[in-house]
Amino acid sequence: MKARLFSYNYIDTFIHRLSGFTKLICFLFLTFAVMYSYDIRVILFIMAFSISLMYISRIRFEQIRLMVYYVLIFLLVNAIITFFFSPEEGVSIYGTRHELITLFGQYSLTLEQLFYQSTKLLKYASVIPLGMIFLLTTNPSEFASSLNGVGINYKIAYAVALTLRYFPDVQRVYTDISMAQQARGLEMSAKANLADRFKNSLLIIVPLIFSTLDRVDMITNAMDLRGFGKEKKRTWYVRKQLGREDYISLFVCAFLFALSLAVSAFINQSRFYNPFL
Amino acid sequence: MPIKRTPIIEFEHFTFQYYSQAQPTLYDVNLKIYTGEKILIVGPSGSGKSTLGYCLNGLIPFYYKGSLQGSLTVKGVQTKDQDIFTLSKIIGTVLQDTDSQFVGLTVGEDIAFAMENDNIPFDEMHQRVLKVSSMVGMENYLLSSPYELSGGQKQRTSLAGVMIDEVDVLLFDEPLANLDPATGKTAIEIIDDIHKQSGKTIIIIEHRLEDVLHREVDRIILINEGHILADMDPHSLVSSDLLIRNGIREPLYVTAMKYAHIPVTPEIKPGHIWSLQVEKIKKPICDWYQSVEPVTEKKSTPLILQLQDICFSYDGLRFVLNSINIDINEGEMLSIIGRNGAGKTTLAKLLCGFVKEDSGTVFYQGSNIRSKSIKERAEFIGYVMQNPNQMISKTMIFDEVALGLRLRHVPEEEIRPRVEKVLKVCGLLPFIHWPISCLSWGQKKRVTIASILVLEPRIIILDEPTAGQDYRHYTEFMNFLVEINRLGVTIILITHDMHLMLEYTPRSIALSAGRILADTSASSVLTDLEVIKQANLKETSLYHLAQMVGIPDETSFVQRFIDHERQIRK
Repeated sequence: MKARLFSYNYIDTFIHRLSGFTKLICFLFLTFAVMYSYDIRVILFIMAFSISLMYISRIRFEQIRLMVYYVLIFLLVNAIITFFFSPEEGVSIYGTRHELITLFGQYSLTLEQLFYQSTKLLKYASVIPLGMIFLLTTNPSEFASSLNGVGINYKIAYAVALTLRYFPDVQRVYTDISMAQQARGLEMSAKANLADRFKNSLLIIVPLIFSTLDRVDMITNAMDLRGFGKEKKRTWYVRKQLGREDYISLFVCAFLFALSLAVSAFINQSRFYNPFL
Repeated sequence: MPIKRTPIIEFEHFTFQYYSQAQPTLYDVNLKIYTGEKILIVGPSGSGKSTLGYCLNGLIPFYYKGSLQGSLTVKGVQTKDQDIFTLSKIIGTVLQDTDSQFVGLTVGEDIAFAMENDNIPFDEMHQRVLKVSSMVGMENYLLSSPYELSGGQKQRTSLAGVMIDEVDVLLFDEPLANLDPATGKTAIEIIDDIHKQSGKTIIIIEHRLEDVLHREVDRIILINEGHILADMDPHSLVSSDLLIRNGIREPLYVTAMKYAHIPVTPEIKPGHIWSLQVEKIKKPICDWYQSVEPVTEKKSTPLILQLQDICFSYDGLRFVLNSINIDINEGEMLSIIGRNGAGKTTLAKLLCGFVKEDSGTVFYQGSNIRSKSIKERAEFIGYVMQNPNQMISKTMIFDEVALGLRLRHVPEEEIRPRVEKVLKVCGLLPFIHWPISCLSWGQKKRVTIASILVLEPRIIILDEPTAGQDYRHYTEFMNFLVEINRLGVTIILITHDMHLMLEYTPRSIALSAGRILADTSASSVLTDLEVIKQANLKETSLYHLAQMVGIPDETSFVQRFIDHERQIRK
């Protein structure tokens, strides 16, 4: 079969062996670290770190290709719009002005703006590998049991796990429906204008929702008949005790988070790193 | 039989009406089921047999609401005074769709699901999973995900997930509905083995009578329109005319005996093929066999579709289709069969242009269609998906059927007559202004076919067209397809249904692991043990009948049965 997007597959790697709880906390630590800081050195470091984690967890590019493309397109559009709305943002942040080229009207490209926008772009881009690692290496049930372990209601935890688990299924049904509708003459390519495409996508979404609801109903029955929701608590068949590897990982990520804060507080004395001074 | 037995389940003057329905679904039901019995409940769709099952497992009245009269006791306690969780500890249900029954991510987790909800400690849970999984032969698959399992393995897992609770009664709701014939046969064997080993009470709700009667059952309850019409042993029920009158297909060997003018009575033990008293029927069957004129009608029509050396793979590693060569003539009606993953659906998708062949060529009326888009191919090949809910996107029947024409910008004044014409062919004209939500499953299926037919394709591919339909709807539906076929439309059916193959498609193509295993008459396929094994089919009971009465050429016996049947149908 085609490599399914967002589907969990077990491979025996360091990352896969970590508990879902550890991965969630580490994901949050690293994301906050990179979100807080506007220091390109910190960001590049965390990016390199997360890409190497991705390498360790043996995620292949084709598994995440589509997602990467979408995010890149989004980031580019975002960058262009940011530039048009506030072309002097970099100047006001860094307090100097090195003009590179005058474009048109009052728009000109400054070194400060270029630096600011590259920092921002990398910041967002560095979250992608982290998110991908989390989604692709975490067993949904085990993740649910760890969520429940940190005190989240098990029904909510289970709902999250089921969503993760059925995502690939819904995706497959979507493709099938879309094909069948195209066979009836539905144009989903760029040949149709935007309004038509929106209308046309409804023709796929409606059957998708109905067939998904059917399915939800059946699952609910199946779960009820086997006593789900009877007690306030439940135990979990899949459960991982936190091991040495987990504690080490938690420590490393907490350290990186602290490092990012420390760089801002003590070295840059602001969230921004200013090379222009 | 002991004189004083207490029933484990007892319905007394039990009537149930869903709040959403105008009429009760079950009327004045009286039924006793004793510990250790094996009961089969048969009935056509809408007869109330599933509702009866819901009453037992507690979905009624705790999930589906309605008004309830009379009494239903399980182990002496009224079900309405209990709750669904308590009942689930006494009656374990194996649902029809094992895919959605599969709640856990792996086999082990799924089996443990009920125990997790009971707060059983981690170690005990793992021990019990190991024990129960070995009872159903799944102990080596505890880490497998449902996607890696065959239909039969999923069924075993579901069974284990229910047995882990040490329930007294196992309730199977249409266990055969989604299984191929070979897996269905195995499922019936597993259920029987569990019954013999554990002595638990077994209740099977199913309309595929002959398949369940592959093994013994104690009693068969026939239900229709909410009433219990029969409560008897298999031999008596099969001998009566109740089955046919109530839209249940009788076993094929019984039909054959009737063709041979053999009076079917309980004395010849016709309940199972293996219990038949052969001596009494040998001569009439052989005489009848000799008397049937073989039909030889071979119209030659031009080639419409030609597949040459088609290869296809999703991942570039494993061929899903491997050197496929098929010639299809205009106006043919043929079936494509094979186990799950054999490449049947991929072949259909390839013809429709959803996926493109890696090598080889598809010719439509002599020209290569490689460069044609999905939309262009839809002008001559229509594809009807298995689940009509996945195709229907409008609320009104007229709009749904007109959709394809509107998307093609056909003028509105031309659309109306075309839609009306198609709805007439499909027997849906009276419903033209109805909302689709009022239709039954089979009618919805017709709407999806109408919405394809309206585009006037020359070929229609249908994926499992008869899945989940009872005998009466099945017959209606297939006759409808025959009508369309007579109009000159070529029909390709992807199916597991052996009756369909045998009765309606003169030609069957069996696929196995992406290769063509056989391309011949249905009667040859269903009597060829090698093909049967590879394609997860099972031999038809006619094959056994021929062997039992000593007809050496089983294929020709089956073929004459089909010929005879076709003549009657005309």
